[in-house]
Amino acid sequence: MTSTMSLTAEEFHPLQTQVEQEGNTLLINMGPQHPSTHGVLRIVLKLKGEEVVYAEPVIGYLHRGFEKLAENLTYIQIVPLADRMDYISPVTNELAYCLAVEKLMKIEVPKRAAYLRVLTSELQRVASHLVWLGTYGLDLGGALGGGSTLFLYCFREREIILDLFEELTGARMMYNFNQIGGVRYQPPDGFALRVRGMIRKLDQAISEYQQILEENYVFQVRTRNIGVLPLELGKSVGAEGPVLRGSGFRYDLRKNEPYCRYEDFQFEIPTGEKGDCFDRAKVRIIEMKESLKLVWQALEGLPEGAISSRPAVRVAQAVKPVEGEVYARIESPRGELGVFLVSDGSAKPFRLKWRAPSFSNLALLPHLVVGHKLADIMAILGSLDPVFGEVDR
Amino acid sequence: MISSLIFSAIVLAGILVAVMYLTLLERKFAGRLQSRIGPQRAGWPIGYLQPIADTVKLLMKEDVVPQVADEKTFNLAPIVVLLPALLVFVVIPYGDNLILADLNIGVLFILAVSSLSLLGIFMAAWGSKNKYSVLSGMRAVNQMISYEVPLVLSCLVPVILAGSMKLSDIVTFQEKVWFVFYPVLGQLAFLVFLISALAESNRMPFDITEAESELVAGFMVEYSGMKFAFFFLTEYAHMLGISFIAAILFLGGWGGPLLPPGVWLALKVLFMFLFILWIRWSLVRVRLDQILAFSWKVLFPISLVVLLLAGIWKVW
Repeated sequence: MTSTMSLTAEEFHPLQTQVEQEGNTLLINMGPQHPSTHGVLRIVLKLKGEEVVYAEPVIGYLHRGFEKLAENLTYIQIVPLADRMDYISPVTNELAYCLAVEKLMKIEVPKRAAYLRVLTSELQRVASHLVWLGTYGLDLGGALGGGSTLFLYCFREREIILDLFEELTGARMMYNFNQIGGVRYQPPDGFALRVRGMIRKLDQAISEYQQILEENYVFQVRTRNIGVLPLELGKSVGAEGPVLRGSGFRYDLRKNEPYCRYEDFQFEIPTGEKGDCFDRAKVRIIEMKESLKLVWQALEGLPEGAISSRPAVRVAQAVKPVEGEVYARIESPRGELGVFLVSDGSAKPFRLKWRAPSFSNLALLPHLVVGHKLADIMAILGSLDPVFGEVDR
Repeated sequence: MISSLIFSAIVLAGILVAVMYLTLLERKFAGRLQSRIGPQRAGWPIGYLQPIADTVKLLMKEDVVPQVADEKTFNLAPIVVLLPALLVFVVIPYGDNLILADLNIGVLFILAVSSLSLLGIFMAAWGSKNKYSVLSGMRAVNQMISYEVPLVLSCLVPVILAGSMKLSDIVTFQEKVWFVFYPVLGQLAFLVFLISALAESNRMPFDITEAESELVAGFMVEYSGMKFAFFFLTEYAHMLGISFIAAILFLGGWGGPLLPPGVWLALKVLFMFLFILWIRWSLVRVRLDQILAFSWKVLFPISLVVLLLAGIWKVW
């Protein structure tokens, strides 16, 4: 594989259609401004007719320097920063960071706080997968057609969850709900009732989408046997989350390495068989239903008591962990989200490293698309569900 | 002479205004389908001024011609695309004796003229000198040539049954039973016609030529302002044309009980138009190779069988 840097300026000239003599290939720069690259991905493509012979994703267009920024902020100030990383699922980012700091400082989290964390992360998982399902519709069908219908339906459903989050935290997107030592807000009166109503409604809606997708001939021909990910390749590239589970590997940190008292809950880990786009889609849809079950259980078992083992943040009190390093990881909607934290004993972290699942999943793209048609690139990219805020950080 | 000029002017203006308002209909329809309201601000409360606002906006936009584009081809393409789409309406009977030119070879004329649009699309694709539009042009040629065959074959079924290529003859032949109600034969022919007509006019699920999710906007990617509006008009004129042709060839034209003929034809056309929209807003796109395979492996054999059946029916 040649790297992007070795391509000459002439090859990148966007207005000229040049055909390489020996291979009859057409070089296309797809993105970073392109309707369905999920934000700002650039793919350098070589096409032979409609067939993809070479693909190279180029990232970095959304790099905001989070890791460097974090070195100049106090531990408490980093929590809202974490929200802005994977903006489709902010709560899980906060959670991973808070877990890391708690592990470093050996803070016990109250049971109620842990349950609230499970509740919010599972709600977030459903919301995030709904965004994925909607945008997958756009990837397959474009913004003017059946795809956009699916997109708007999914956003209508997601709206219910956002309303619940607004009620709980006051924000619809950047919640700042977790804090070091617990969570920040008590659920308001009648919250449980409304969450249960939401679960009933969404369970029905998701079953409907599942049925539509599994019986729709057009959806089937577009996703079955497309982008088949062999398990070995998935493991060696570092794929995770629904992408790896779609290939039939039952690996989920909520089961394999429970955090936040996930061991108290009963739920299934769905897996696929073949590892094609259809399996990945199916895994995500079943995961939404399992997450709704988890939300229900968290509500049922929600104990009374304090929600944080540390006083509220508005009391000025510096967080100063001891010297040391720690790695905490959780199962975010996209896979294993890890936080590596090095403390030198001061009020600011010495180094903070995010291990983002979107990044390692995106690395699969060149392996999966070669040999497929041009239209399949979008089907495959969509099924990997990358969020570029998290890929570039 | 004068009267036919006036009539043709009326038809042209009518078609263009109808097409403008059909865009509003589509947006309203799609809005309802997606649990939205659709346009309503321009022309409160149902958005009846929206098409005019759109036109004014498109007229006022800057006319951009890319530096590397082949200027003549680039500028000519929108006209070459639009004209055939409008020419189809010349031979369509809007009622008894309400026809601009009742050609003896009406069906042939429609088929011949409507396939000319392909030339314009390819000119637009080639003239833009954009990689996406070139890919889209290749797709358009592939797709349209493949679907021409089943389209022509399925259009021949009413011709064989009625024994004439004259559209008014075909309509009068269906006075008692519409062709779509002929057992098996009629439905199959109608289905083949509908699918290949959708593909011919690049509608969902066959709209791979403008495939927004991979080719951005396909052959129209470099067009803006009024030139873009020409492509847009063509698309809707095509849809309207298909609805008319379907209504005339298979649904008995202006014929029907109780209501006056004009109302019947309008109802049938509206039904067909909404049916096309319904398909568009519920399905996702199919891939090029799948579309071609479907045409040659499924539609083509079926249309041959249907043609044979029609011949047997006629002889028997």
